[in-house]
Amino acid sequence: MSIRRAGVFVLVLVMAAFFLSAAFGQENTNSATRQNSGIESAYSEIRKAPEKARAKRNPLQKDPDAVAAGRILFQQRCAECHGDSAEGGRKGPSLRVAEIQNAEPGAIFWILTNGVVRKGMPVWSKLPEPQRWQLVSFVKSLGPTPARTDAPPVNASHPPTG
Amino acid sequence: MFIYRGLLLVSFLVLATLSLPHSAEAQENPYFVAYDHYLEEPGNLEVEYFSTFGTQRGGNDFHSYWMEFEYGATAWWTTEFYLDGQTTFGGSTIFTGIRCENRFRPLKREHFINPILYVEYEHKSGADKILKEGEGHDVEADFLTPNSAARQEIINEMELKLILSSTFKGWNFTQNTLAAKNLSNEPWEFGYALGASRPLALKASAKRCALCPQNFIAGIEMYGGLGDRYHFGLRDTSHYAAPVLGWNLPSGWTLRISPGFGLNDNSHQFLLRWGVSREISGFGSMVGRLFRNRQ
Repeated sequence: MSIRRAGVFVLVLVMAAFFLSAAFGQENTNSATRQNSGIESAYSEIRKAPEKARAKRNPLQKDPDAVAAGRILFQQRCAECHGDSAEGGRKGPSLRVAEIQNAEPGAIFWILTNGVVRKGMPVWSKLPEPQRWQLVSFVKSLGPTPARTDAPPVNASHPPTG
Repeated sequence: MFIYRGLLLVSFLVLATLSLPHSAEAQENPYFVAYDHYLEEPGNLEVEYFSTFGTQRGGNDFHSYWMEFEYGATAWWTTEFYLDGQTTFGGSTIFTGIRCENRFRPLKREHFINPILYVEYEHKSGADKILKEGEGHDVEADFLTPNSAARQEIINEMELKLILSSTFKGWNFTQNTLAAKNLSNEPWEFGYALGASRPLALKASAKRCALCPQNFIAGIEMYGGLGDRYHFGLRDTSHYAAPVLGWNLPSGWTLRISPGFGLNDNSHQFLLRWGVSREISGFGSMVGRLFRNRQ
């Protein structure tokens, strides 16, 4: 086998390893972080929203269709992680807790726009601004639910919203 | 025979993947060549098929195609695997190579301009015609070599891109700069891609619908070569402009179409591209569970 062929073989092997680790790495990360997760760390990101972002008002607050449209968007984009009723899912925490329900709409919008990339929540700025505000309207319409004692563990790698 | 078995296996894998129950509505950009800064959602797999019909002056027209498996490893890392092939009319149908691609998001938050780092390894034959990028001095006349001769050339290439993308008032603007190195002691080659797109409506409808304007994203992309290390510039390079349209269906399917037009005499006069893709949400978790249950 020539050196060039061996090099190519190694390169292909490395790429395959990348692909496989991609396929299974996320699960391992989730398992590991789940051990150290706590509700505080899961919801801490929303407190990092800058003052200017918090002060933003929801331009669709009085739009009668905003909550209905936000519900559909939520089912399409967010329910996979946060659960069908936003009660928290396998990967994402509940959005019905006081930390979210008492947060300013601008702070939720900020989290949606920026994601929490290092902890697993993607950036949602690919949704146009009005759609992100529709999502905020829906999340804020849910209202808080009492904490469940049998709730699944909150995963710190998937902080609130989105 | 080997190729047919391979195609059969790939077809089976694709059908099995597409029959999985979990799908997510994709909000995919409509580009075929340009990349924006949005990565695949973590744990999701997108299976994509793309076709390009191209005209060829002085030779036979061609139809090239590729399968793309795009997986969101994390929120900052997307990895992809490609299988390429082509049919030259009046010639033959051949498998032309594989590509492994990784895209990384270095910045934690959203900025006015968002960089993405792109690294790709290509193992392909000289008969590859998918035109997934414009680079170096690639011109239309390169495709005149018959498949039987062109496939004898094996190309191992690394490709690096810097993707700079911005979203403003619903518009996405993206600029990709490409540097590619054939590992067989060839000079660095350069290329570019530009794109702009916007959904037809910015607000979502309060009713679930397939034909709502927010499900359609329209735009334009432009791409081409910039020569190589020794002859940088536009001389002896090909360039294309192509309107693009993407349709994101609530069922998780995305359809794309794009007629492309060569902008100079070195370019193919006309390229018609179309693609279909489906996003499988929670694919990583499904596969992970499958393996854990076996242990």
